[in-house]
Amino acid sequence: MLLPVLALLALLGVWELYVDAGGVSSLVLPSPHAVATALVDDRGTLWHNLKTTGVEIVCGIAIAAVAGLLLSVWLHFSLVARRALFPLLVASQAIPIVILAPLLVLWLGFGLLPKLIVIALVCFFPIVVTTLYGLQAVEPDLTKLLHTFDASPRQTFWHVELPSALPWLFTGAKLAAVFSVIGAVFAEQAGSTSGLGYLLGVTVANLETAEAFATVFVLAAFTILLFALLTLFERRALPWVHRQRETPTR
Amino acid sequence: MIQIEGVSRTFAGRRGGEPVEALRDLSLTVATDETVAVVGASGCGKTTLLELICGLQRPDAGTVHSPPAALMPQRDLLLPWLSALDNAGLALRVAGFARQRARDQVQPWFERFGLSGFEQARPYELSGGMRQRVAFLRTLLAGKPVLALDEPFAALDAITRAEMQGWLSRALAEEQRTVVLVTHDVEEAVLLGDRVVVLSPRPGHVIADLRVASPRPRTRTDPSVVSLRAAALDALGVAV
Repeated sequence: MLLPVLALLALLGVWELYVDAGGVSSLVLPSPHAVATALVDDRGTLWHNLKTTGVEIVCGIAIAAVAGLLLSVWLHFSLVARRALFPLLVASQAIPIVILAPLLVLWLGFGLLPKLIVIALVCFFPIVVTTLYGLQAVEPDLTKLLHTFDASPRQTFWHVELPSALPWLFTGAKLAAVFSVIGAVFAEQAGSTSGLGYLLGVTVANLETAEAFATVFVLAAFTILLFALLTLFERRALPWVHRQRETPTR
Repeated sequence: MIQIEGVSRTFAGRRGGEPVEALRDLSLTVATDETVAVVGASGCGKTTLLELICGLQRPDAGTVHSPPAALMPQRDLLLPWLSALDNAGLALRVAGFARQRARDQVQPWFERFGLSGFEQARPYELSGGMRQRVAFLRTLLAGKPVLALDEPFAALDAITRAEMQGWLSRALAEEQRTVVLVTHDVEEAVLLGDRVVVLSPRPGHVIADLRVASPRPRTRTDPSVVSLRAAALDALGVAV
């Protein structure tokens, strides 16, 4: 906990020195204390827009998680579906969001839906890839063992495959959380009347650089918070993953 | 009774290479409640033989007749998200027992197997020997007449292995089952088996079938154990 904070403070120190000593214009690069001032002065606006973006992200991740889990299970059980759909899934990631977002806004308007779709698309891929891998990576000997116990494929899934895949699902969700914030910003910049991505666009256009930095700071802090919450949830839900690593090997 | 007659099993070669003939014309009979220890070098088809007995594979030639068999794989493969008690009761849960009922069934066995107090422990909190005991109990509680044990002590250190061999010997004396035990340790085979069946290197077939007449418990230093061990190694072509 202490080391990242120290590193950050060192970085901020260098930044502050560079701006003050180098005489850099505040329109181009504001100093850390200018950003901090903006954070405090604009906290009302920032909070209001954070709520909008936050809701989009959380809903988008939730949709992606549920759809991703269901798709992973289907691809796990159906070889045909896996062969047919997995390459399409990979290809879908090649579409740049910068292009996709405005197209969706054109089609679906300025509301919540296009943003949810963009975020869900961005989050979907890491969740499906990791969860599917987790489901398929179960030790073959374990499957054989269950077979001798007369377990049906469905029973093998509930008793062994799904619990095995949960750590992988969480890894996918953590990746998705980080990507989702980027997705939300792009989606809002394509067409929105509120949200941190929208605010970022406005402040940059008005050369309110300190305020823009403050917005980025809030976005970054939100990403870290999501990641931390997911890690906490994982430790509660899957205690063995963490403890297994801690137990010294005999 | 297990009846295996003239069984051959070949696997496709990797990447279009030569096919691998794991077993060729292997015949073996195991009487009910008999413990047969199958010995052979690595890669001689011992695991394939066990999987054929368990019905996990079909032979390419010959026949396999066996009552239902439960497999104990080489590594314990205990599920890390379950306690030791729940791990042991896995077969019961698969059979449809409710969680608490399965636990009630398993509980008395923990005392018998020297695992008292470790019911709630997670697998990674248990020593290697204990994990093998839980894995063995899991296999036993599957309720199948045949136990197929694949090198159950291969992953243990020598001291623990010696303890576990004694332990298994006593456990099998109490719970009569038909047991096919695969091992690469010739001494272990002689200590635990009613018969020692020696397999040739690939393609595996039976090259010696030795009866171990001495009563249990046996020790490493018994003259009969020493001479049988020598006989088995001799059959394998290994200098003693």
